Amino acid sequence: MKFGVVVFPGSNCDHDCFYVLGEVLQQDVRYVWHQNTELSGFDCLVLPGGFSYGDYLRTGAVARFSPVMKAVERFAAGGGMVIGICNGFQILLEAGLLPGAMMRNVGLKFICRFVDIRVEITSTPWTSGAYEHQVLRIPIAHNEGNYQVPYRTLEEMKLRGQVVFRYCSPEGSVASEYNPNGATESIAGVCNREGNVLGMMPHPERASEAELGSTDGLVIWRSLLTHCGAEVPSGQTRAR
Amino acid sequence: MARARVHITFKEGILDPQGKTVLRALKSLGYDEVEELRVGKYMELELAGEDRARLEERLGEMCEKLLANPIIEDYDLEVDA
Repeated sequence: MKFGVVVFPGSNCDHDCFYVLGEVLQQDVRYVWHQNTELSGFDCLVLPGGFSYGDYLRTGAVARFSPVMKAVERFAAGGGMVIGICNGFQILLEAGLLPGAMMRNVGLKFICRFVDIRVEITSTPWTSGAYEHQVLRIPIAHNEGNYQVPYRTLEEMKLRGQVVFRYCSPEGSVASEYNPNGATESIAGVCNREGNVLGMMPHPERASEAELGSTDGLVIWRSLLTHCGAEVPSGQTRAR
Repeated sequence: MARARVHITFKEGILDPQGKTVLRALKSLGYDEVEELRVGKYMELELAGEDRARLEERLGEMCEKLLANPIIEDYDLEVDA
């Protein structure tokens, strides 16, 4: 499977994603510079975390007008798989590829720690390998993860199964005390109607090797590989 | 040349974490008369052209496209031409 990791000025999780996809999961992976508009041949694009354009104006607001984003829109419209992680999620929201918007964390602090998230739906390409309500331990690192979406849109999203992850307790209960940033209904990740575009605040690429404290991120990567018919490396694949 | 100003604020009903914090800080300083406070953004622009209606229309487009996020924010604009 061929992955492209999009690099914006200010991306800083691009190398982590590249490493996990290439070394841990043994996939073909390339960097895609934000000026690039040619995306043919890729099966999945990753919009990584970071501080694209210094987070000026609003997170993701400037990056969404990068030349590559027009191509990403066409790629997604054609059914290509797109995952936005953290700042990548914020960019997808600003681009209108996913519904909603991000606000400052309720506590006004940058939060960098492991959280538990519950898989809300297992019929997406990103969660097909998870069991129902599986709890994944994956770190967050953000200042703007307070997900907001108009009430009516949210109701439609729930009916269509677009709410993919919610912050929860280690046992999987969703309550405000386990919501780190004030996000509406504890939402940590959503997908588009078709399911091929996912945005999530937690960083699965930081939870893909036992040495880093959790391999739960692999649930997402392996689901994706299976969905796309790629060979899934068994067990804990070790990098050199 | 025309000068323009844009004010951007969160929509009614959107919880503004910064505004709430500043409000609490003012109250703790004894300013009990403050009942509501919202933190927004203010921008000044210099625009080439004289046609005020046209400049307002263009600036409205800029707000919709980039300067504000219409999902969570409202904007006000003024053009002095």
